[in-house]
Amino acid sequence: MNPFLLDSELPADPNSAEAQQNAYTLGPIQAGPACCEPTPLISVEALSLSYAGKPALSDISLDIYQGCITALIGPSGCGKTSFLSALNRLTDLIPGCRVSGRIHYKSRDIHATGQDVQGLRRDIGMIFQKPTPFPLSIRRNIELPLREHGMRHAADLEQRVQQVLQDVGLWAEVKDRLDAPAQALSGGQQQRLCIARALALQPKVLLMDEPCSALDPLSSGVVEDLIQSLRGRYTVVIVTHNLAQARRIANYAGFFWVGEQAGCLVEFGRCRQIFETPRHELTAAYVNGARG
Amino acid sequence: MINAHLRKALSKQTWQPAIRDWLKNTLATGLINLTALVVSGLFVWLLSDVVLHGLPKLSWGFVFDAPRNAGRAGGIAPIIVSTSWILLVAIAAAAPLGLATAVLLTEFTRPASRFGRCVEASVGVLAGVPSIVFGLFGNAFFCVYLKLGFSILSGGLTLACMVLPILIHTAVEGLRAAPDEYRQAAAALGMSRSAALLHLLIPAAAPALLAGLLLGIGRAGAETAALIFTSGYVDRMPGSWLDSGRALSVHIYDLSMNVAGGDANAYASALVLIVLLLTINSLAMALTQHWLHKKMIRL
Ligand SMILES: Nc1ncnc2c1ncn2[C@@H]1O[C@H](COP(=O)(O)OP(=O)(O)OP(=O)(O)O)[C@@H](O)[C@H]1O
Ligand SMILES: [Mg+2]
Repeated sequence: MNPFLLDSELPADPNSAEAQQNAYTLGPIQAGPACCEPTPLISVEALSLSYAGKPALSDISLDIYQGCITALIGPSGCGKTSFLSALNRLTDLIPGCRVSGRIHYKSRDIHATGQDVQGLRRDIGMIFQKPTPFPLSIRRNIELPLREHGMRHAADLEQRVQQVLQDVGLWAEVKDRLDAPAQALSGGQQQRLCIARALALQPKVLLMDEPCSALDPLSSGVVEDLIQSLRGRYTVVIVTHNLAQARRIANYAGFFWVGEQAGCLVEFGRCRQIFETPRHELTAAYVNGARG
Repeated sequence: MINAHLRKALSKQTWQPAIRDWLKNTLATGLINLTALVVSGLFVWLLSDVVLHGLPKLSWGFVFDAPRNAGRAGGIAPIIVSTSWILLVAIAAAAPLGLATAVLLTEFTRPASRFGRCVEASVGVLAGVPSIVFGLFGNAFFCVYLKLGFSILSGGLTLACMVLPILIHTAVEGLRAAPDEYRQAAAALGMSRSAALLHLLIPAAAPALLAGLLLGIGRAGAETAALIFTSGYVDRMPGSWLDSGRALSVHIYDLSMNVAGGDANAYASALVLIVLLLTINSLAMALTQHWLHKKMIRL
């Protein structure tokens, strides 16, 4: 049984229909203890980040637990996107962006000299707010990064493409037009394709930056269900402005706020605790205010 | 009460601006239409002039024969061959160099770095240098200093220097316009920058690169001044690219300026030059389309 289910999701009877439904057919559940005794996969210590000398994040410390969904919430401009980008060193692409502090992934500092950045990003994938399919066919979108990472055999590629498209529930919709341009898909389909593309690399962690905010409620629901189904198999960090969504899917939640000059982490804990018994009054106000 | 409103509405104060607006609009549209007419009229006139005068002289013999009597009689076969060689050398040298420079400027230099600004400024200056100066430089550097003499190679390389700024400029614009999301998404998938460049950014910039290339070919094909000093005007069939060769533009210039009674053949040669450039353009466009399509579905 999936040990990473939310408390409320735990089926009473392991043989019930619900339990059967949660028995994934594709990919093993990541080994590790349940969320009640979580192991941190990524630990962030005293992370600060600045753009061209202007601080955007200051002194963030938190742990991302293996196999769990961690939601990051907070007002616009408090540095959630910057935080996510720092986790897989996408911040390296931005001229003038400086990161200080330590980020350990699998107990290894990702800023250590000799760190294989491409390998790191392969392990820690990222999904952007706006779907970013490449101007290639649906198949080539998934194959291109795979080929870059050395997968050459047509049969392997074919099999992986089908597997990830099935994982994201897109296979039935696109199996007859794999060679059609990916940019002709709908927004929701594009976002699922991007998730499939990231999953094809068999990452350990998925960072998702508001993956549903550019989608209509129906597609958003589909993507949300998809994220739910990733629990246990992947470690997910999701930024969302939709508090109800965070509440529905997350095991852990972190609340960011714009402090004096830079963004800071106000509170981090079990999702239920953050939403129901927040320790900090800012959290309470944000969580309640946004609800009303 | 209503009457008063009506009278006010119909009074001069409200009508005058309306008339003024109408006049302004008509004038503006009229002016725009006139400009369009003048531009397309000029083009049609130019083309029909060349076609009308050139077509009667044009025949397979003209295309496949060697010139006789200083070009008054015979054909232009060796000249077409020389022209194609010169263009080929120019593009083969300038296109890779231009693309490489553009890639260096857009992808591997920080924006606003001193190096980048220096290179871009020099490119801007080079683009404004008159072609005769390139001719003199090409003569001094390629013909004399590198001892290539008056040759197709010297001419082609001189033209390459001349079109390089155009190629660099359009390629830089094209690559800058390629969406940043491709760079980010590719990096987030652990792809190297060169892979992103090869598979995503260059294809995205391909229309701009092609436009620059065609502009460059057009300019190189029309160039006369720079070639007189470098590839010379020997009108024999070139045996190698170290032979001197006369380009079509030089031939046209020579026939119309230096050879009495050469006008008819000058027109026919001009027509051939236009057809040659149009053919190259459509060929390049078709090839790019084909390549982009293949790129999309296969490696
Ligand atoms: N590339 C950049 N260059 C300079 N400043 C930036 C850059 N990206 C973000 N910032 C600044 O850093 C701060 C945090 O931005 P960030 O995008 O991380 O916020 P966010 O929490 O993701 O906001 P939102 O909820 O609107 O997406 C903002 O003040 C923003 O202006
Ligand atoms: Mg953001």
